[in-house]
Amino acid sequence: MSIDMKQFLVTFYEESFEGLDTMETELLNLDIGEADSETVNTIFRAAHSIKGGSGTFGLNDVASFTHLMETLLDEVRDGRRQVSQQIVDVLLTSVDVLRDMLSALRDEGEVDMARVQAVQQLLDELLGNEPEAAESAAPQESNSTGAESQGWKIHFRPHPDMLQTGNDPVRMFRELALLGELKIECDTSGLPTLDKLVAEESYLAWNLELHGDVDKASIDVIFEWVEGDCDLVVDPMASQPAAAQTDNTVTEEKKAPEPATSTAKKPPPSEKRHSTTTESSSIRVSIDKIDDLINMMGELVITQSMLSQLGEAEEFETAQIEKLRDGLSQLERNTREMQENVMRIRMLPISFAFQRFPRLVHDLSGTLHKKIELKMSGENTELDKTVMEKIGDPLVHLVRNSIDHGIESPEVRLAAGKDEMGLIELNACHEGGNIIIEIIDDGAGLNRERIIEKAISNGLINEDDSLSDEQIYDLIFQPGFSTAEVVSDVSGRGVGMDVVRRNIRALGGSVEVTSRPGQGSKFTIRLPLTLAILDGQSVRVGNDIYIIPLVSIIESLQVNPADINSLRGSADVYRLRDEYIPIVRVYDIFNVHTEIKNWEDGLLVIVEGEGIKVALFVDDLLGQQQVVIKSLETNFKKVEGISGATILGDGTVALILDIASMIQLSRDNGPEKTPGRQDNAEQAA
Amino acid sequence: MEESQSMTIETGQIGVSELAGTDQFLTFVLAGEEYGVDILRVQEIKGWDAVTHIPNTPEYIRGVMNLRGTIVPIVDLRIRFNMEKLEYGPVTVVIVLRVDNTEGSRIMGIVVDGVSDVYNVSEGDIKPSPDFGSAVNTAFVKGLATVDDKMVIIMDIDQLLNSDELSIMDSMTD
Repeated sequence: MSIDMKQFLVTFYEESFEGLDTMETELLNLDIGEADSETVNTIFRAAHSIKGGSGTFGLNDVASFTHLMETLLDEVRDGRRQVSQQIVDVLLTSVDVLRDMLSALRDEGEVDMARVQAVQQLLDELLGNEPEAAESAAPQESNSTGAESQGWKIHFRPHPDMLQTGNDPVRMFRELALLGELKIECDTSGLPTLDKLVAEESYLAWNLELHGDVDKASIDVIFEWVEGDCDLVVDPMASQPAAAQTDNTVTEEKKAPEPATSTAKKPPPSEKRHSTTTESSSIRVSIDKIDDLINMMGELVITQSMLSQLGEAEEFETAQIEKLRDGLSQLERNTREMQENVMRIRMLPISFAFQRFPRLVHDLSGTLHKKIELKMSGENTELDKTVMEKIGDPLVHLVRNSIDHGIESPEVRLAAGKDEMGLIELNACHEGGNIIIEIIDDGAGLNRERIIEKAISNGLINEDDSLSDEQIYDLIFQPGFSTAEVVSDVSGRGVGMDVVRRNIRALGGSVEVTSRPGQGSKFTIRLPLTLAILDGQSVRVGNDIYIIPLVSIIESLQVNPADINSLRGSADVYRLRDEYIPIVRVYDIFNVHTEIKNWEDGLLVIVEGEGIKVALFVDDLLGQQQVVIKSLETNFKKVEGISGATILGDGTVALILDIASMIQLSRDNGPEKTPGRQDNAEQAA
Repeated sequence: MEESQSMTIETGQIGVSELAGTDQFLTFVLAGEEYGVDILRVQEIKGWDAVTHIPNTPEYIRGVMNLRGTIVPIVDLRIRFNMEKLEYGPVTVVIVLRVDNTEGSRIMGIVVDGVSDVYNVSEGDIKPSPDFGSAVNTAFVKGLATVDDKMVIIMDIDQLLNSDELSIMDSMTD
C-alpha cells in the first residue's frame, strides 16, 4: 500500500513555516534572564513538531538539525540553562537556517550545507558547555567528520500493542536502510503458538546492524514515534579506537570551526527531495470565522423554512403580509452577513506581513550598531491574502532601507540634537479603496544633492534640468540607483528600489516618498484591495450615486449659507466651529448635471483624506451599506477621484470616491472655479 | 490569448498579411455600414441597459456596466467615430468583446445600432482599405471584405479600444 506522501508534505511544509514564524516571534518575546515557561514551551513545541514531521518524511538533515535545537530548548525548559542573549541569537539563526533548508527542499533547490553545519556547530558549542549535553552532541559531530567503518547496533523489541499505533517496523527499517548498509536479524523467540496468537499484536524483536557513516540523531528520528512503545537499545559498533579518535577531532574542531565545516560539506540527499511546485494554496481561517458562518447558515435555513411555510398556505391572508415582510428582511440580513463573512475568509490582518519586522529591526540594528525602536500601528487592517503575499518583500526592502540609510548612528543622532534611539514607524490603514502602508523613519532624510549628483552621473537627468523635490526623490526608484557610499550587506546595491516599485505597480499600487532633511523620510505604499469590503455612505449627485468610504467621513451636515465664505481666487470655504474647510462641489469636479446647486438644497459631507479636510457638496445622502470593491482598472483604467466601483442591490454600478485624489482634482481645477462663485453671487444678490 | 493571431499592426498600416486562413466574423451595423469583428473575441451580445457614468471621461465612453459582477466599460462607436448620435432603441445592442493589449486582456462593450450576421471570410477576400476619408480612421480598419456583394469593414478592435483615452498606458504613466 502506498499513500501519496506528497499531499502531506505540502501540509508539513506549511505547518513548519508557520511553526518557524511562531518560534521567531516567541524568541523575540523571550526575556533574557527570566524566561516565561509558557513562551519556552511554545518554542519547544514548534521545534518538536518540525523535528517529528521531518523525520516522518525522511528529511533527516532537517530532523537532526532540529534535534539539536530541541535539546537546547529542553535544557532551557527544565531550568538547567538560563536564557542568554547568545542562546536567543543562536536559536534565531537556527530558525533562519531551518527555514532555508525547508524552502530549499520544498523547491528542490540546493541546501547550503556549509551554513547548516556552521550553525550546527554553534549549537553544539552551546550544548557542549554543559557536561551532560556534550555526550549527546559528540556522536553527532563526530559523524559529520566521518569515521569510515563506524556503525550502530540496534536492538528493537516492540511492545505487543505497538502495531496498533499505526507504526510499521518494515517502514522504519526501510528508512534505516537508506542511511547505510543494514543487517536485519529477526528474533522470533517471543512468538506464541498459533492458537494463542493475536493478529494485531507484535511478538517479534529485531537485532539490527547498521554500517556506515550515520549519526545517532538520524536513527533516533526514525524511532521517534515508537518511543515508549518499544524497548530500544542503540549502541555504537565496537570499533572503539575509531570512536576515541573522533572524539579528539571533535575537540580540535571546536577550536577551528571554519575550515572543518567547509571540508565537511555533505552533498544534499537528492533522493529525498519531493516536488511541490505549487505555491501554498491553502488558507488558515480562524475558527471564529467558521463558527460564525455555520451559525449564519443555520439562521438562513430557519428563515428559508419560515418563508416556505408561508408560501405553502392555501390562501394568503393579509395578516400574513407582515410575517412575509419580517421573513424577507431577515433573509436579507442573513444573506448580507453571510456574504460579508465569506469574503472575510480571504482577508487576513496585515500583522501577518508585519510580524517579521521586529526580528528584522532587532538583527539589523545589532549589525549596524544603531539603536532603533519599531512602532507598528494598524496591524489589524485586513488585506487580501494574495496581495499580502506579494507585498512582503517590497516592505522588507523598504524597512531595511530605512534602517540602513535612514536612521543615523547614535553618535550622529546625538550630535544632531536628536534622541539616540531612532524610530521607525509602520502604519497601515484603509483609505478609499486602498490600503495605505507607511514606513516612516526619523533619520537623516534623503540626500537631495547626492541624488542629483548620482542621477546626473547616471545620465538620468541633465545638469540644467530643474526638478521639484518630489521629482528628485522619485529618482531613487529608477533602476540602478543607489547613493549608498559603501555597498553594505544590508542594502545599497542599487537593485532595490526599482524592484520595489515594479512589484508594487504589478499589484496595481503605487509607492511614493517624501522626505525632509534631518527629519526623516516617509514611504507611502498604496495598494488596491481587490476583494476588500468597505463601509460606505451612498450619496446622490444628479442622477449618479457615489459611495464615500465611511472611514473618510467626519460628519455630514445641512448647510447654513451664513457660514460660507468665498475667498478671492480660490474655492469657497465653510466655517465649521473654529475651522475653515474648503468646499468641493462634486458635480463641478465630476462635470455631472444636477439641479441642486444652491447651498440650501444640498448637503455637505466633511471628509478627510491624507490629513486634509474638505467638505463635499452633494445633492443628498442615501444610505449606509457595506460594499464589495470592484476594480475599475481591470477592464478600464484609473479614473481621477475614483478608487473603484461596486455593484448596488439593484445590479447597477456605483463608483467609490477616492477622497485624497478628489482633493487633488479639486485643487487642479481650483483657479477656474468661476461657475461656483457665480452661483454664490447670484444667491447673495 | 490562446489564439495565435498576434496583432502587431502599426498605426496607419494595414496588416492584411497577418491574417491566416478563414475566419468567422460577426458583423454589426453602424449608420448603414456593416462592420465585422473577429467572432472569437465576442463574449456575448446583450441589449442596451443603463450604465453608470464615469466622471471626466470623453462622451463616447458611456460608462460602466455590471456584467455578472465584472465592471465593464461601454464605448459608443457612433460617438467614437463622430457619427450622428442615435437614440437608443430596442435593437440597440452592446457587443461585449475581449480586447488584447500588451498587459493582458480586458473586457469591453461597444454600443452599435444592431448586429447583422456571421460571415466566413477567407484571408484572400480581405482587401486593404483605401485611405477613403470614411468616418472610421483607417488605423482601426484591418481591411475590407466583400460578402454577398456587400462591403464589410473588418475592424481591428485591439487598435480601436486601446487607443486614446481607452489606453491603459495613461494610467501607467501618471
